[in-house]
Amino acid sequence: MSDARSPASARGAASAPILKTELLTVRFGGLAALSQVNFEVARDEIRAIIGPNGAGKSTFFNCLTGVLRPTGGRIIFNGVDVTGQPANVISQRGIARSYQITNILPNATVLENVRIAAQSRRHSWNMMTHYSAFSDINEKAERALDSVGLLSKAAELAANLSHGEQRNLEIGIALATEPSLLCLDEPTAGMSAAETHDTMQLVRRIAKDLTILIVEHDMQVVMELADRITVLHYGEILAEGTPEEIQRNPKVLEVYLKT
Amino acid sequence: MSATDTNTQPLVLVEDVHTYYGKSHILHGISLEIGPGEVVGLLGRNGVGKSTTLKTIMGLVPAREGKIQYCGQAITGVPPHKLARLGIAYVPEDRRIFRLLTVMENLRTGLDRGGVTDEKKQALLDKVFTYFPVLAERRSQAGGTLSGGEQQMLAIARAMMLEPKIILLDEPTEGLMPRMVSQIGQIIDVLHREGVAILLVEQNVPLTLAASQRVYIMEKGIVRHHCAASEIDVNDAVIKQYLGV
Amino acid sequence: MDAVVHFFQAIPFDQIVIQTLNGIVTGMILALVASGLTLIFGIMDVVNFAHGELFMLGAYIGVLVLAGTGSFWLALIVASLLVAILGAALQIVTLRPLIGRDPLNTILVTFGISLILQNYALWQFGPVARKINEPITTHFNLFYLEYPWYRLVIAGMSASIIGAFWLFLKYGKFGVWIRATTQDRVMAQAMGIPVPLVYTGVFAIGAGMAAASGVLFGPLVGVNHAMGLDWVLKAFIVVVVGGMGNLGGSIAAAIFISLLESYAAIWMNPSQAVIVSFVVLILTLLFRPTGLFVPTPK
Repeated sequence: MSDARSPASARGAASAPILKTELLTVRFGGLAALSQVNFEVARDEIRAIIGPNGAGKSTFFNCLTGVLRPTGGRIIFNGVDVTGQPANVISQRGIARSYQITNILPNATVLENVRIAAQSRRHSWNMMTHYSAFSDINEKAERALDSVGLLSKAAELAANLSHGEQRNLEIGIALATEPSLLCLDEPTAGMSAAETHDTMQLVRRIAKDLTILIVEHDMQVVMELADRITVLHYGEILAEGTPEEIQRNPKVLEVYLKT
Repeated sequence: MSATDTNTQPLVLVEDVHTYYGKSHILHGISLEIGPGEVVGLLGRNGVGKSTTLKTIMGLVPAREGKIQYCGQAITGVPPHKLARLGIAYVPEDRRIFRLLTVMENLRTGLDRGGVTDEKKQALLDKVFTYFPVLAERRSQAGGTLSGGEQQMLAIARAMMLEPKIILLDEPTEGLMPRMVSQIGQIIDVLHREGVAILLVEQNVPLTLAASQRVYIMEKGIVRHHCAASEIDVNDAVIKQYLGV
Repeated sequence: MDAVVHFFQAIPFDQIVIQTLNGIVTGMILALVASGLTLIFGIMDVVNFAHGELFMLGAYIGVLVLAGTGSFWLALIVASLLVAILGAALQIVTLRPLIGRDPLNTILVTFGISLILQNYALWQFGPVARKINEPITTHFNLFYLEYPWYRLVIAGMSASIIGAFWLFLKYGKFGVWIRATTQDRVMAQAMGIPVPLVYTGVFAIGAGMAAASGVLFGPLVGVNHAMGLDWVLKAFIVVVVGGMGNLGGSIAAAIFISLLESYAAIWMNPSQAVIVSFVVLILTLLFRPTGLFVPTPK
């Protein structure tokens, strides 16, 4: 395990968690997709969320990002209750998300994709100035591209990127909104082993000064990246702990192997 | 290790198949084979491409590279409805029975094929109603009103109407109660004894090892391990590595 | 008390009964046209802008066969069959290659076909309206009117055709195929149902039904190249109000809207009464977008 990142427990242990949910519940008719989830993540932590099919991982992300309104419970971000607020407000507050199915604009250039996201943080009634003249937005966009290693392809049409590059662009778009909490939804889906490795390096690089929640099925990625892991099962938290603790937890193995 | 001796060709042969969803590269050169009448397990975590493998064999998703053979004939590019008539049946994850059709009508979709006599149709129905008496009881009910376990039985019964040589069975025990899980195991045994081959995708390891003759274990779109089911058990290091945490 | 009596006296009961009949008659024809349209949309997600022209072609073929043989009923049968075959050919040539592509493509294609068919009819038959003579010319006395029996025959025939089709859907082997394919195209294929063939068949049936409507309705209006336009617009409204792909809903919506319009025509100018269908459309889209008679899914 790399020593380059200090364990989250050492950093910021004294300060309040950046995100906290209290008794978070989501019901679809009779089915509880999430059931009274009490979740906390510390500032600058990398937390992986795993669990078998239907455990509620996507539903959880959807609640955090304002896409889904919870049936019950609260979500507290940076000390503010953001439960039920719409997605654009949550984005402005500093929670960003990348999606499982790539959501980029294929007919725009790589830079344009990211610039649109960067623009969202700056409010202006100025409709006459050409968009490329806002130098602060351009700089933010270029910085985001640089952190995901796509600066050299800034002028390339997004549709022409390889799958792995498109997934990384997705992360870059999220980064351009300058979030304090980044939610990554299966960032390595459909990637080859080499692309997965590159994305893992990318996540480690951007993890400084950023809290990251990552939903993943690739256990290698999870074990190597995460400071702590939360295991969801049927909408409830089954276990939480360091990667070593989770690997040794017999309940977790039982749930995964259906023994 | 080969599934079959040199005299019998495999029923289904998948060789170095690559499948994409758009640009997303899901199957990275998967190869496997199923012999006539064999039950073969396909294990792996979520997202590794097990369902995609079944869909590629069934022609529901095109294989961009590689070859797929059935009874020695290449079947890449053959439309799914022809494959169903040739004897490949598909039972998907979440069953997907026709909710607005009755149980009987669901079964009829597989029964109404050319070249099947009325006696044969009745015999098939009788057989399926013997194995699944609850379906006989509910034969005039709409599929959508059945419970999860009953829908799973209907999905399998419907596939049996095609008199298939092989059933592609995708996570049949998903979301079922433990009592139903053992029932599924029994059904697989019965089908095996009738000589129907099964490619069983599952995350339930004990069930799969008990029901299969051989297992393949997948990770990230490719087979990582392949052995006889009797050679490993649930505590094996290989299982922990590819299916655990 | 007097006011109440006065109120009831002012309601034109005789007109209401007449308009009810008219509404049902128009509604049944509309239902026949809309059934084909909603079926085609429900099973293959194709918005068939050429549907009104299939109606129009049916009417013209009816004119020709009637002129040639003198038999209205033969005209009805031949027109339906020929247009059904034409529909199948159109689907195979223009729509089958587009399966799986952006739905905008099929909209453009069917719109193009509609223009081609309209102009073909104009070129072939000229701008003057043709007439189909109704097979039954007798009337009965309804209040102060002599109401043509033929109108009731139209309603009856449409109802029979729709009824026969409903039975076919419910009990026929091909009917089960259609219903299965409408619900889950992928699993229908996995069950060996030849889905491309089912699509062609449904398009042919829809076309045939539109043609039959054209012949049945022909005697009431003139047959001309633009007669499809009014009908296709109404039919689309009916399909949306009844719920896309919902056969029962379309029939109910067709009768409902036609009745409303007929009643409105008692007090308004008939050409203004058309507003009623648009109002119903807007209300449906606002409050029950999946269809007026379909419970909105949660």
